[in-house]
Amino acid sequence: MRRAWRWLIPLSAIPVLALLAYGFRTNPRDIASPLVGRPAPAFALTAFDGTAVSLEAHRGRVVVVNFWASWCYPACYEEAPVLERAWRTYRDRGLTLIGVDIQDKREAAEKFIRDFGLTFPNAQDLTGKVSVDFGVYGVPETFFLDRRGQIRAKHVGALTDEIFRANVERLLAEPEGKPGPA
Amino acid sequence: MIPEIGRAASLVALVLALGGAVAATAGGRTGRSALVEAAQRAGVGVFVLISFCFALLTYAFLTFDFSVRYVASNTNLGTPFYYRITGVWGALEGSIILWAWMLALYTLIIVLRHRETTREFYPWVLAVMLSVLAFFLLVMTVAASPFERLAPVPADGRGLNPLLEDTGMITHPVALYLGFTGLTVPFAFAIAALVTGRVGDAWITMTRRWTIIAWYFLSLGLLIGGWWSYHVLGWGGYWAWDPVENAAFMPWLAATAFLHSVMIQERRRMLKLWNISLIILSFTLTLFGTFLTRSGIIASVHAFTQGAIGILFLSFLALVVLVALGLVALRWDALRAQGELDSVVSRESAFLLNNVLLIAATFTVFFGTVFPLLSEAVRGVKVSVGAPFFNQVNIPLFLSLIFLMGVGPLIAWRRASTDNLRRNFLWPVALGFLAALVAFGAGVRPTLAVLTFATTVFVSATIALDFGRATRARRRTGERLLPAMGGLLLRHNRRYGGFLVHFGVLVIAVGVTGSHAWSVQTETTLKRGEHAELAGYRVRFDGLSASEESNHAKVTGAFTVSNGRVLDVLRPAKKFYPQQQSPIAAVDYRLGLTEDIYLVLGDFARDGTEATIKLQVNRLVSWIWIGGVVITLGALLAILPEARRPA
Repeated sequence: MRRAWRWLIPLSAIPVLALLAYGFRTNPRDIASPLVGRPAPAFALTAFDGTAVSLEAHRGRVVVVNFWASWCYPACYEEAPVLERAWRTYRDRGLTLIGVDIQDKREAAEKFIRDFGLTFPNAQDLTGKVSVDFGVYGVPETFFLDRRGQIRAKHVGALTDEIFRANVERLLAEPEGKPGPA
Repeated sequence: MIPEIGRAASLVALVLALGGAVAATAGGRTGRSALVEAAQRAGVGVFVLISFCFALLTYAFLTFDFSVRYVASNTNLGTPFYYRITGVWGALEGSIILWAWMLALYTLIIVLRHRETTREFYPWVLAVMLSVLAFFLLVMTVAASPFERLAPVPADGRGLNPLLEDTGMITHPVALYLGFTGLTVPFAFAIAALVTGRVGDAWITMTRRWTIIAWYFLSLGLLIGGWWSYHVLGWGGYWAWDPVENAAFMPWLAATAFLHSVMIQERRRMLKLWNISLIILSFTLTLFGTFLTRSGIIASVHAFTQGAIGILFLSFLALVVLVALGLVALRWDALRAQGELDSVVSRESAFLLNNVLLIAATFTVFFGTVFPLLSEAVRGVKVSVGAPFFNQVNIPLFLSLIFLMGVGPLIAWRRASTDNLRRNFLWPVALGFLAALVAFGAGVRPTLAVLTFATTVFVSATIALDFGRATRARRRTGERLLPAMGGLLLRHNRRYGGFLVHFGVLVIAVGVTGSHAWSVQTETTLKRGEHAELAGYRVRFDGLSASEESNHAKVTGAFTVSNGRVLDVLRPAKKFYPQQQSPIAAVDYRLGLTEDIYLVLGDFARDGTEATIKLQVNRLVSWIWIGGVVITLGALLAILPEARRPA
């Protein structure tokens, strides 16, 4: 034990181990969408009930665009009731909710809408163009747009009542002309 | 019943491994052979039990036993037979059981081979092997059990990750894990050497072949991974510096350094401390890699699901690092070098430089891999480190390493005389320069490619020179050419196996250089009957067809490839798996020695009139796979028992 400094050898590993331990506190999947702060890509689709659904038509309202699929179990199944509840709560307060069904079979999607009794407009993205424009990686993903048509937030994974409320209340509180952050 | 039987068997295995480790440690301390024999029996028992668990799980896959959660998550009624077997290790839980099984297999081989030969080390080697095994069994029973029961039993399972339905996935994890677990053996011997204080050369001599085997499997695993990436993922590349690729590459770099530096210790009694440190580094890097893949702390295409398993792995990693480095500190005085470097121009210094470069590369890769974490911890900013960083830093390092491959094996030990240098390097250097001039004159660009080719020619020339000279020497004794060459390979199998591996690495270097410098691609949308042109090839879109496979729907395109005359019809496809969020592209390609035509089907019109394609002409990629075959031959040769027993 003449030289105490040699015990620094094992000790030197501790900072690296500490850094790795820190990794548990981070979520590498939590990456901000580059679209946040930019105008949402325009789209015009035909809903399952045959009516036209376009983003343009809802300028001036707060818009929530939700990407889903009937095969997306369990996340889409968990959030479907959340969406329907939110729609009933906010539709008269200036909110539009649009569901975009991607990579799905029409019958399966229609059964999904029937099963959950969804009453907000839902349309199928047949060509995949809308999901590509929005940079959708997987389902479900939800985009929150302000009254000026800018994407202000993106949520990956199943929504909860709290998350929906927090995002929407904030946007509803903004006056129409107020510019969002660049 | 399977979940309960499986759980019970893994629990018994865990208890046996723990008990065995304790018995072996006690046996090592007291020298009582009864304890060591008990540990030995425990090791054999663990092997039998894990084999049983593995067989049980495979049986559950083959019979679609969806009462096992892991089976239901990774297979469904449509999964083809072969992929029901490979599905066993297709996800986290199964990969742990495969890992544990291999570790148990190595332990068994140690029991069979080293029981009599290494009295002092044996108990400690067993203790280390069984401790590592106990850890993996702990993970298997506590955090990631493949034998969780699923209730109610579903009618059908979710299915295997479609990307894993590929022959590469049968072999890639197996080879990689054989490499990872294989490094446990030299590590166990190194720890035994530290504990007993016998830090001389014995542990190195005993584990030399083990190290080569582990190194070889690691190399093979990396290469098969590259091949899988190339022909399955559809981006036309084979290496992306993804954190998990890096995680497998780092132990390879460290093990390569170790493989070389042990030769100096064998020959010159130098570098004891260095070698012990290198094997500790190699082994901990395998654990680090496993930790990285399974903890979810870094985003990666390879990431398994996350959970408590990350904390278990980190704790074990910490334990291993602290104990191993603590032992190094304890034996500090015995480990310090005895030999001295006689001259800078010598084989020792070439090997040392090789080591420094390899460790620099390891450090770079490590730094780049954990930098996102560091940045977030220190500055709170998320960043990602991509290929440009890794390439920029590593290319000069690798190029220098290749150059040293030519110098190291031929330069004299201790001090190289001018005569030695002239004799061995005059011609190769001249040829290298000539190659550079010819390539440059012929219009080869970029300069980096010229440099790589010149270096490759130089190294190949040194190999040819050495082999030619030795063959000539044997022919002087009256042997004919082929017997002389064959005899040389077999008698000096270690040396020439090494040369062959070097040559394989050269072939790979050419492939990597070529594919980076000269591959071209285009993306375009074609109507039926239209064609795209690239690098002298014409690709005509002939139409689409749809089909229903056992577990997915498939849309296949037909594209006629010609360059004046019709060469081939390529049929890239898009596969739609019901459980998968996005369709999977199935690449089609026509491989060639100098260039591959590589075609990916993108979007298409539903009526089949239009398709978007990505067309690539990838240069010299095949050389990488050929290099892999050469390395395999070289490694086999080096592993063969030595015909000439060292005195």
